[in-house]
Amino acid sequence: MPDVIVAKASSFPDPGRKVFDVGGTEFGVFKLGGQFYAWENRCPHLDGPACQGKILPCATEAVNEDKTSRGREFSKTDMNVVCPWHGFEFDIRTGRHPTNNAVRLRAVKMRVEGDDIVVSLRD
Amino acid sequence: MPDEQKPVSAGQVRELAEITVTTDSRDYLFAAAKQAQKQYDDYELIVDIDAHLQETRFWPEIIPFMDNDVLRETALQQLKGGIANPLLNSQPGMNFQAMEGRIPHQAGPREKVTNPDKPGAAFVEIMRRNMDFMGVDYQVIFPTALLNLGMNPMEDTELQMARAYSRWLTELVMPQDPRLIALLYLPLNSVEECERMVKEYGANPQIAGFTICSVRNKPVHHNQYMRLYRMIEETGKPLVFHAGPFWGDPSFAQLNRFISMHALSFVHYNLIHMTNWVINALPERFPKLKLVWIESGLAWIPYLMQRLDHEVLMRQSEAPGLKRMPSEYMQDMYYSSQPLERWDMKYTEATFEKIKADTQLLYASDWPHWDFDPPASITTLPFLSEQAKKNILGLNAAKLFNLPVKRVRPRAADVMAMRGPERIS
Repeated sequence: MPDVIVAKASSFPDPGRKVFDVGGTEFGVFKLGGQFYAWENRCPHLDGPACQGKILPCATEAVNEDKTSRGREFSKTDMNVVCPWHGFEFDIRTGRHPTNNAVRLRAVKMRVEGDDIVVSLRD
Repeated sequence: MPDEQKPVSAGQVRELAEITVTTDSRDYLFAAAKQAQKQYDDYELIVDIDAHLQETRFWPEIIPFMDNDVLRETALQQLKGGIANPLLNSQPGMNFQAMEGRIPHQAGPREKVTNPDKPGAAFVEIMRRNMDFMGVDYQVIFPTALLNLGMNPMEDTELQMARAYSRWLTELVMPQDPRLIALLYLPLNSVEECERMVKEYGANPQIAGFTICSVRNKPVHHNQYMRLYRMIEETGKPLVFHAGPFWGDPSFAQLNRFISMHALSFVHYNLIHMTNWVINALPERFPKLKLVWIESGLAWIPYLMQRLDHEVLMRQSEAPGLKRMPSEYMQDMYYSSQPLERWDMKYTEATFEKIKADTQLLYASDWPHWDFDPPASITTLPFLSEQAKKNILGLNAAKLFNLPVKRVRPRAADVMAMRGPERIS
C-alpha cells in the first residue's frame, strides 16, 4: 500500500486525535505537546477500538514523603487514550499501558510533511 | 522523490468519530463483527447466555405492568422526579460502573432507533444489533437493574418489580424476536410468587430457566424453597445463580474503591450459595435439577472445590447428606464464562480442565457492561480444541436450553457490508 496523506496537521487541536479507516486498516493519529503519534486502532486486550475512546490525563496515586496518601490525582504531563470496550488505558506518547508496559498499542509509521500527515500502512 | 513514491491523498480515507454514549451499537461492535468473520463465522450456533441492556431507558415501559397501584404510582412519580430506576433503592457507589465516562456503553444506550415509540421495539432493535455484530444466534437477556433487588428492604417491591419485568419481557419484548430468550427473576422473598412464576412461565419456550440473584441474605438451603426447587426440576429447565456487585455488605465497607468491591462481591455471594447448596446435599435431593452459575468468572470454582474437598473428609458429620466429593457435584454443574480470567493461560487452562469446560462451560458476553467478553474471548484461547470452542460457544447451551442447532444469525460480512456506508464511529 502506498503512503497515504490522511489529514492536514494544522487541523488537529492539541491535545487532539483523529481516527482513520484506510481500506479496512484503522489507526489513530494523536497530537500532544506539538508532537504527532500514530497507533493502530486495535486494543491488545480483545481487539477493541482503542483509539476511539476518551482522552484524559493519567490517574496517579498521590503518595506523600511520609507514605500517607492524598488519594488519586491526574498527571500534569501524561495523557492517555482509553479503549471504550473495557477501559484499557494507553499513554498517547508511548502507546503503553501505565501498569504493565508490555501491554501496548502497535505503532503505525507516520510522518509530517509540510502540513500533511502521511502514514505508511502495511500491505 | 519519484512520482510513484509520492504519498497519495486517497479517496478511501474515512475518518471515524469518537465512540460516545450515543454511538450506534453496530459501530461500537464493528470490531467484534471483524472477529466473527475471521474466527467463528462458520460455527453452527453461538449462544450468549447472559446479556443485558441498561433498562433505564425502558423503565417507563415496565412500570405500567406493576399490579399494585400504590407502588405503580410511586414509581411513576419517581420517574417524573428524575429518578431513573424508581423503587430499586440503588446502593451508593454503584454509579462507578462506567468509569467516569471511560466506558460509554455502560451508561447507554442512547442510540437512535427506527421506531422509538412502539413499546418494546427499541429494546429489540438494539439487542438485535448487538447479536448481529457479535455474531450471536440467541441471546439470553437478564435485567441489570434487578441484580440487587433481593436486598431491597421493601419486600413487596421485589415481588412487584419481578412480576412487572417478567410481563414486559414475555408480553412485549420477546414476541418481537425469537432470538431473544430469558431467565426469569425469582423474587425469593416470596416463595409463593416464585412458585406462581414457575407454574405460569415454565412451559414458555422463550423462558430458558429461572434465576436467583445471588446478592441476598436468604440462605438458599432453607426448607421453604424445597417445593420450588422440585417444581423447577420438573420443568427440566435450569436454576441459575446470577452474581452481582453489592457495596452494602458489612465486610465490604472496608473496601475504598469500586474495583475492590467489584472483584470480590460477585464471587463472594456465589461462594456462599454454592457452599450452602453442596454442604446441605441439595444435589442429592434434586439429582435432576440443573444448576448454572453466572458472572463470577471461573477462578473461584477450583478454589472452592479444593477447599470443600479438603474439609468434608474431616468433618463428615456436618455434611452427612453427601455421597460424593463436593468437587464432583460441582463438576456436574454449568458455569458461564464471563468475566473470563485469561491473563495467565496456564491457570486458565487448569481451570477449564478442573470444571470440565468442554461440556459444562457456557459462553456469556455480559454486554454492555464494562467487563464484557466477545465470543473471541473463547476462540482465541490457545489450548482449546475446535470442538471445545464450538461446545462452549453454543452447543453446550443448546443441550441445556433445548435450542435447535441451526444458524439463525446473519453472516458477519453481510452485516458489515450493510452498515459500512453508514458507519460513523
